[in-house]
Amino acid sequence: MNPNNGRRVAVTGLGFVTPIGNDLETVWSNLVEGVSGVGPITYFDTATYSCKIAAQVKGFDPELYMDRKTARHIGRYCQFALAASRQALDQAGLDPAQLDPDDVGVIVSSGIGGMEEIEKSHTALMQRGVRRISPFTVPMMIADMGAGIVAMHTKAGGPNFAIASACASSGHALGEAAEIIKRGDARAMLAGGAEATITPLTMGAFCQIKAVSERNDEPEKACRPFDVDRDGFVMGEGSVMFVLEDLEFARRRGARVLAELAGYGASADMHHFTAPHPEGAGAIRAMRKALTRAGVQPEEVGYINAHGTSTKLGDVAETKAIKEVFGEHAHQLAVSSTKSVHAHLLGAAGAMEAAACVLAIQRGMLPPTINLDRQDPDCDLDYVPNHARPAEVGVAISNSFGFGGHNATVVIRKPEAN
Amino acid sequence: MPDKLEFRELQELAAEILGVEPERVQMNVSFQRDLAADSLDLVELIAAIEDKYEVELPEEELEKMKVISDLWQFLEQKHAQRLEA
Repeated sequence: MNPNNGRRVAVTGLGFVTPIGNDLETVWSNLVEGVSGVGPITYFDTATYSCKIAAQVKGFDPELYMDRKTARHIGRYCQFALAASRQALDQAGLDPAQLDPDDVGVIVSSGIGGMEEIEKSHTALMQRGVRRISPFTVPMMIADMGAGIVAMHTKAGGPNFAIASACASSGHALGEAAEIIKRGDARAMLAGGAEATITPLTMGAFCQIKAVSERNDEPEKACRPFDVDRDGFVMGEGSVMFVLEDLEFARRRGARVLAELAGYGASADMHHFTAPHPEGAGAIRAMRKALTRAGVQPEEVGYINAHGTSTKLGDVAETKAIKEVFGEHAHQLAVSSTKSVHAHLLGAAGAMEAAACVLAIQRGMLPPTINLDRQDPDCDLDYVPNHARPAEVGVAISNSFGFGGHNATVVIRKPEAN
Repeated sequence: MPDKLEFRELQELAAEILGVEPERVQMNVSFQRDLAADSLDLVELIAAIEDKYEVELPEEELEKMKVISDLWQFLEQKHAQRLEA
């Protein structure tokens, strides 16, 4: 049986709230120009923290996307998700309220959920007692609320939930949303991720596992995937949302198809809480499954948006995995880690980077890996160092790997002429 | 508790929590019916009122209050008691 049921999945809309811009054109401009979104953390006092830098969302006004009461009563990550969802629906020209409630579903993944709100309520509990815990603590903290809020405000009543797989969460969101469309449970899906974890507890916890860069005096140079001087990832935040549709549905309603989400593969490392499998064993299987499901030969892939977090182990393991999957072609295709620019959006990272693939294909331009001054000899691929490069790409893949050993790869293909 | 009760301050406090313009918070309006307050909003409002006016306002008490003037009278009464004490 054809597992696609004869259906293909189109990307028709993208929405962004990110450290490098809160709209598509600003995000794309900063991606290709390599303008880093990383700076000193301003949300709290970092004096005692080994890491004092992150990529904060700037100039975000939730009231452009929701009323004041809603903005007050939902977690920051949910504000981001609703804003990005509205942008994506606008670009797609899709209004779920005009359709059957079952036609459009929502998956908003989050690695963690409303961390800031948990911390504030815990502080209130410790300092002022149980009656000063905000009654909104539970709805603000639970990681599924992004999907719930987006459905309430957009009237998308189809399948609705979150996927939690740490830094792979929104890679899984896109892949599983595409499967929902293929099996006929929705005609369209809003899918992606949202995260807002630049908070005292989260940052402190990541400092304790030595996972984050301590290049505090040069924030914009801190995220340097595949460079010998890399020293950990840089925390980001934000939300990126896609409108995915049954390709036939999109064509019938005259929507502009930006790209096709052609395949998806998921796997587990079965190895360690936080360290990747040293040979990228799980990543290899995720990439192979995704290519098989897309019906794509490895030689057709022109660009890989790597997970590339700028950690010592991760970048080498991913490089090995790419070489295993692509063989000789690994040295012909281009790989970049746009995390070097926008940093690590955790639960929104997969969607951010799949969006970079969509735009790279659509605009014929590969976004660079910035800060790649001295390439690690163990990372020996073409990482599009420091400058964007024009290239015609027919097929791109985005890799996302999460703590827990979760791997997700999505395949993005140039759409056939309508 | 402040030395003098100003209705404007209660308007601003409730408006902030309920996400409405302060002018909509008037003596004859109901939090639930007119300002769309749900049970979570009321719990938040109680905490804010207790903090600002240094009073205890049990949830059952607020539920009995039909319109904002009932709450205002409650606060005035507490204020008067405190001045006498």
